[in-house]
Amino acid sequence: MIGPDSFELAGNGAFPAAAPGAHVRAVHDEFHGDLLEVSMGPHHPSTHGVFRMVATLDGETIVKLKPVFGYLHRNHEKLGENTTYLGSMPYTDRLDYLCSMTNNWAYALAVEKLAGLAVPERAEYIRIILAELTRLLNHTCLAGFLLQDCGASGTPLMYAFREREKILDLFESLSGSRMMCNYQRFGGCRVNPSAAWLTAARELTGSYGEFLDEYEALITGNEILMARTQGVGILSSQLAVSAGVTGPMLRASGVDYDLRKVDAYGFYSRFKFRVPLGAHGDVYDRYMVRMLEMRESIGILRLALMDIPEGPIMDPKAKLRGFRPKPGEAYGRIEGPKGEIGFYLISDGGPNPYRYRVRAPSFVNLTILEDLCLGHTVADSVIILGSIDIVLGEVDR
Amino acid sequence: MEPTEQLRDRLILRFPGAKVTLVSNASPSAQHSLLVDPAHAREIATFLRDDEALRLDYCSNATGVDWPDCEITEPVKTKITEADGSEKEVEQETKRIEPGCLEVVYHLYSMARKQGPVVLRVRTANRMDQVTLPSLTPVWRSCEFQEREIFDLFGVVLAGHPDLRRILMWDEFKDHPMRKDYVEPDDYEWEPTPHGEVLAKAKKHYPAASASASATAAVASPAPKEEPKP
Repeated sequence: MIGPDSFELAGNGAFPAAAPGAHVRAVHDEFHGDLLEVSMGPHHPSTHGVFRMVATLDGETIVKLKPVFGYLHRNHEKLGENTTYLGSMPYTDRLDYLCSMTNNWAYALAVEKLAGLAVPERAEYIRIILAELTRLLNHTCLAGFLLQDCGASGTPLMYAFREREKILDLFESLSGSRMMCNYQRFGGCRVNPSAAWLTAARELTGSYGEFLDEYEALITGNEILMARTQGVGILSSQLAVSAGVTGPMLRASGVDYDLRKVDAYGFYSRFKFRVPLGAHGDVYDRYMVRMLEMRESIGILRLALMDIPEGPIMDPKAKLRGFRPKPGEAYGRIEGPKGEIGFYLISDGGPNPYRYRVRAPSFVNLTILEDLCLGHTVADSVIILGSIDIVLGEVDR
Repeated sequence: MEPTEQLRDRLILRFPGAKVTLVSNASPSAQHSLLVDPAHAREIATFLRDDEALRLDYCSNATGVDWPDCEITEPVKTKITEADGSEKEVEQETKRIEPGCLEVVYHLYSMARKQGPVVLRVRTANRMDQVTLPSLTPVWRSCEFQEREIFDLFGVVLAGHPDLRRILMWDEFKDHPMRKDYVEPDDYEWEPTPHGEVLAKAKKHYPAASASASATAAVASPAPKEEPKP
């Protein structure tokens, strides 16, 4: 068996190393002292949950870093195999608990592919509206947390949380729950939004741009933020593609790959929006790409809320009880706020899935954490981790 | 994107010794997959990544599937000659055991060509002792953590992986929870204390106390041999 210390990621040349950035610190051999191993986490406020980084330091420079996780592992996939198809829907809320609406959608999409269900037009619009609201919510929170990691204690995070609360109010009035929405169903949605709800969503969409203007005026040009994030944690596009990094993190490295465009699932082909791309692949680009994505999301929301048709919200062929898809398998994926969230299902004709697999974006995005952190200081590793945007409920499953 | 049948034929032409089979998918998703033999899996994976028409540079999902041994009952007609010489056809049920395997499934997409998926499957010889498959982490880095998860939860040993350790369960954990025949232990936390090296140390330090304890502890571990003093 391969021992725990046989992994030399940076040195063995098997993988392309991260491009050296402006802030990467050289390790001077003549000052070589003893290496120090520091365990950050699992209970550390900057690790965004129960996550541990075992960093080996030369002075203050990271020369080796191993992520350790699994503290929140409850074998979600086994639970999925032991419950019915619909029974897993509320569990998907608990994967990435900030983005339950997109988790629901990804799971519903995989089951719809497996069982061949169609989705009515109105339900597709509702899904897009909720997914884009989730994207706003997630990116707003991320910006707040990132600034918290940079040391801007409190205020930017509270501003972000104030706006997030408004979106959560919308979710609550529609689904009955702020975060554990359990809203999507196979072949449609659970509750039909009222005209009043749509008006409230329109109002929120209309005012969200102003909040972003204010937030960006305070933050984006901030000298300290730029000094801390520019040139830090550079991810090359080559490594990003090979490592399966998806979402805003991939696009910050300049790779034009957005599933809303590539797969054009749902009705995304009806909407005109742009995909922002980064030029440097550093932490600042990742922050900027998310900020720009929010502007595009507002555009999509505005159109979707304007065009949403009347009609049924469930496929008449879909049945909630006694749901048994024919034997076969399907892999369904959507562009979640953190990256590609996919579900792989194998049916043997029974009421439970034979195999239920979650492809979690933050789990795969963590692969390159060490590559990004090498040569940086401990303080930078906190920002780099923050810019990857992980939620441990999804990493550990 | 070329159809899966065509891709299979192209792979067979390109790799004459390799065994490539099409596994069709009856569900409406119609995502058919290619079953390749472990000996050629990495060559084929590298070809799929580098081929100009495919450019499958992105391995989105890598996961395991457990297929336990299953008993298949089939009716078989046999002819029996009776005592009076007449032949009679009797239908009998025969049972045969279909040997199980562990399967690793890869979903490949192309970011360069914006196409996919191609589903690649590799199977182990059995579920017990021949569970080694080639790792595809050298081809796609995104398999690194996902293959560690397959090793952890399914017990597939992926040869050539740079850092094959448990990832979600703790290192001391035995067994593989995602297997279909997994039975969880009665008590995760139970550990006979002190035992092994700890017991030997305790005996050195507390000879009086360990004399009474050794009667019960001797069952857990044999007492260490005393080194003869020079």
